[in-house]
Amino acid sequence: MKKLLIWLPLVLCLAFVGLFASGLFKPDDRVIHSRLVGQPLPAFALPAAASDRPALASAQLATGRPRLLNVFASWCVPCAAEAPQLDALKKAGVEIDAIAIRDARPDVDAFLRRNGNPYARIGLDARSGVQIALGSSGVPETFVIDGKGRIAYQHIGDIRADDVPMILDRLKDAQ
Amino acid sequence: MIAETGLAALWLAAALALLQLVLAFAGLKGGKTELLAAVRPAAVAQGVLTAIAFAALITLFMRSDMSVLLVATNSHSMKPWLYKFAGTWGNHEGSMLLWVTVMGVAGAAVALFERALQRNAHMATLGGQAAISLGFYAFLLFSSNPFARIDPAPADGQGLNPLLQDPGLAFHPPTLYLGYVGLSVAFSFAIGALLTRQVDAAFARAMRPWVLGAWVLLTLGITAGSYWAYYELGWGGWWFWDPVENASLMPWLAATALLHSVTVLATRDALRAWTVMLAVVAFSMSMVGTFLVRSGILTSVHAFAVDPTRGSFILGLLALYIGGALALFGWRIGSVREGAPFELVSRETMLVVNNLLLTVILGLVLIGTLYPLMTEAFGHKVSVGAPYFDRIAGPIALALMVAMAAGPLTRWRKDQARAICKRLLLPLIIALLVSISLSLFAWGRIGILPFLGLVVAVAVGVASLAPLWKRKLLRTPLFTYGMVIAHMGCAVSLAGMACDSAFTVEKLVAARPGDMIQTAGWSIRFRQIMPIAGDNWTALQADMDASRGGASVLIRPQSRFFASPPTTTSEAALLTRWDGQLYVVLGEEVEGGRWQLRIWWKPFVTLIWLGGVMIALGGSMALVGRERRGWLMKWRAREALA
Amino acid sequence: MKLIIALLLALVAPPLSAQTALPPAPYADRQIADPALERKAKALMETIRCLTCQSQSIADSGASMAGDMRSQIRERIMAGEQPEAIRSWLIARYGDWVSYEPTAAPILWPLWGAPILLLGLGLLLLRGRIKRRKRA
Repeated sequence: MKKLLIWLPLVLCLAFVGLFASGLFKPDDRVIHSRLVGQPLPAFALPAAASDRPALASAQLATGRPRLLNVFASWCVPCAAEAPQLDALKKAGVEIDAIAIRDARPDVDAFLRRNGNPYARIGLDARSGVQIALGSSGVPETFVIDGKGRIAYQHIGDIRADDVPMILDRLKDAQ
Repeated sequence: MIAETGLAALWLAAALALLQLVLAFAGLKGGKTELLAAVRPAAVAQGVLTAIAFAALITLFMRSDMSVLLVATNSHSMKPWLYKFAGTWGNHEGSMLLWVTVMGVAGAAVALFERALQRNAHMATLGGQAAISLGFYAFLLFSSNPFARIDPAPADGQGLNPLLQDPGLAFHPPTLYLGYVGLSVAFSFAIGALLTRQVDAAFARAMRPWVLGAWVLLTLGITAGSYWAYYELGWGGWWFWDPVENASLMPWLAATALLHSVTVLATRDALRAWTVMLAVVAFSMSMVGTFLVRSGILTSVHAFAVDPTRGSFILGLLALYIGGALALFGWRIGSVREGAPFELVSRETMLVVNNLLLTVILGLVLIGTLYPLMTEAFGHKVSVGAPYFDRIAGPIALALMVAMAAGPLTRWRKDQARAICKRLLLPLIIALLVSISLSLFAWGRIGILPFLGLVVAVAVGVASLAPLWKRKLLRTPLFTYGMVIAHMGCAVSLAGMACDSAFTVEKLVAARPGDMIQTAGWSIRFRQIMPIAGDNWTALQADMDASRGGASVLIRPQSRFFASPPTTTSEAALLTRWDGQLYVVLGEEVEGGRWQLRIWWKPFVTLIWLGGVMIALGGSMALVGRERRGWLMKWRAREALA
Repeated sequence: MKLIIALLLALVAPPLSAQTALPPAPYADRQIADPALERKAKALMETIRCLTCQSQSIADSGASMAGDMRSQIRERIMAGEQPEAIRSWLIARYGDWVSYEPTAAPILWPLWGAPILLLGLGLLLLRGRIKRRKRA
């Protein structure tokens, strides 16, 4: 018994060193993913965010065909960076809706004028209510919604050029 | 030129550490005892050289020498001189150099001033210190060179993080480092004692002042850090169970257990294995702490931005030193004789209970801090924070306080439970009175933990004076007064914590200039808000008159903007009274020309840090008292021989 | 001259530091009138982790999302919802990570078992020591 206790600290030390080593060599993942992936989209109805696009409600996302839901904001810098990729996706035939977080109509209009407008509908989420209900932790994020209105996949961060094929694959899988 | 001198001094110091280690090893193991004569001078020279290297870095920062990479990335020529000076250690390389300097200087001090140890043990200790220093020298020189140049030199630097531009930076890290790197001496003592098989009362008496000194500085460092976070971060919190804060608490817990244990070993020749183990654990926790801060594996407000390859280097050092020390412990502790026996009810047992409870809290803080890392290995993210730590550490800390009250009143070797309870009668009555009055006054409004905390704090505060009750006060030794004040400091601090938890009043208000705000008996008139400028910042400052029935006092909370790097900080306005602090924070402008204000009235919150200072004071008194007695006895012995 | 610079900077600086152009949500920084409800809301807020800052609770964070969460919590508590229901709702969306208060999830059982284990170990050590004394 005494022998056990004497060597216990050394064993614990080696266990902790192993733990630390595993922590060091894992990729650093500070991002919080939504737990709603695989579950139905929470119900919401948002007013229109842009002057030239209609408002957005959750029912309108269950069209029978997979579509993308892009969470963005006019004050968000990476959102401007992913505009070309969203454009490419739209050209590939993907339907994209959006939610603008903590925004106001004039700012959204200005942003869309500057960066292009690939969206069919844009909802205004002035108090992050829907963002929180979705389990989204920041902007930009893009959700793949399947035909039945379920969240199939969550992409966190801006969509890079080499992410586009992956997103197209996800849309196909969600069929 | 200065940078090269600093770097050269560092290399020389590392070479000397290697020499010191080799000489000590050859002298003790190889039988070449004549080599041992060079060990102490090598240690002293090492201390001098590291001090030179550190002075060189400070000079580079003070001169804003932008050709040095570290200065360019962490300083700015427009900073006030205090933050140029203190900014030396406000970054990874600089603080690592501080670490190495403290180790070097501590080693030099052990070489120069330690007289009580037998020669072999002394050499083994210095050898141990050299061995540990070598690893950290290597880390500095090969992967964190503070003196690296940058070519071409930029016109000006990137500036110091504005949160660090505060007098707290000049005080908190140096005292903290002196404390927990100072514990490396205890670690080396333990290694030396295990190697030479001399774990006895003499060893404890020799180690005690070093432990006390490091512990006092560590207490001050943590107290200062807590107060700094409290007034700087603007949320009114004084402890966040942040991983880096826990990293400073764990060595403190181990060192507290160690200083009690070492006294038992010194005076009663018991608790040998505990003392050696605690000495190893204390500095091990310091090393774990420095790993956590610099590796980036845990999210923290405090962490330096360092890459994982540096983290691997420190992890290697950790495995080597802690693993090595624990292996040595396992191998050698069996041959250490058992100490003097004692009964179940005795002061020795109370101190074992004290050690156990402190170690349990340490273990729980360690597990709680690392738990998110453990679950992530299984792909699951969790958060462990104040709700867990408060609930777990709180009750055990309260039990510890009760033991702290009863311990000094228990006789060595053998005592009776009934007699101890009789001695504690007055504190127990006071505890009952406080419970009753608190229940009447604040039932349902304060949580169970703050309630118990207040009861225990008052009772233990009274009980801590008990050792003085039947003594002639002028003939009581200084170290007894030290113990009384340190224990009372714990009670005072606990009272502050409980009051803050139980009675803080918070008010959030959006006010316009001219408005009057009432809260917790205070009337605060928001007079005006205007822009002002400082050395390297601009701010919006609110002028407010706060009064509590008497004359009003002007308080000026600010919202400060720095240019390099661009940041906003909030400078809270604090108004301190005998019974608490008024804490006012200026927020953002909201619609209607109103300003967001956060106002707290925190009754007796200053007791938290007053208690911390009392603990450090008590420790210093114990240190001086013991040393003085040691000198007196030696002097008397010399007189008797003459 | 310093004053002019200060004035100019003070005018420019606030928008630079804001994360969004919109003002904070109504109950982000406004307390509930009923002190008992406010205490409940505050207690909950102090245990929800901020997604933006990650080292603070939403009660202490200045991030706009934290403000929105605070407002939502206060409004829902005013509407009569229980704090634990709100916590579960948030955990259903963000996972256990978002709650500083450990949940009853199996992966957290060792966390609760740890104090019992350590105290038990301590008692064992103490008993072993005392037994040794009695034998000696």
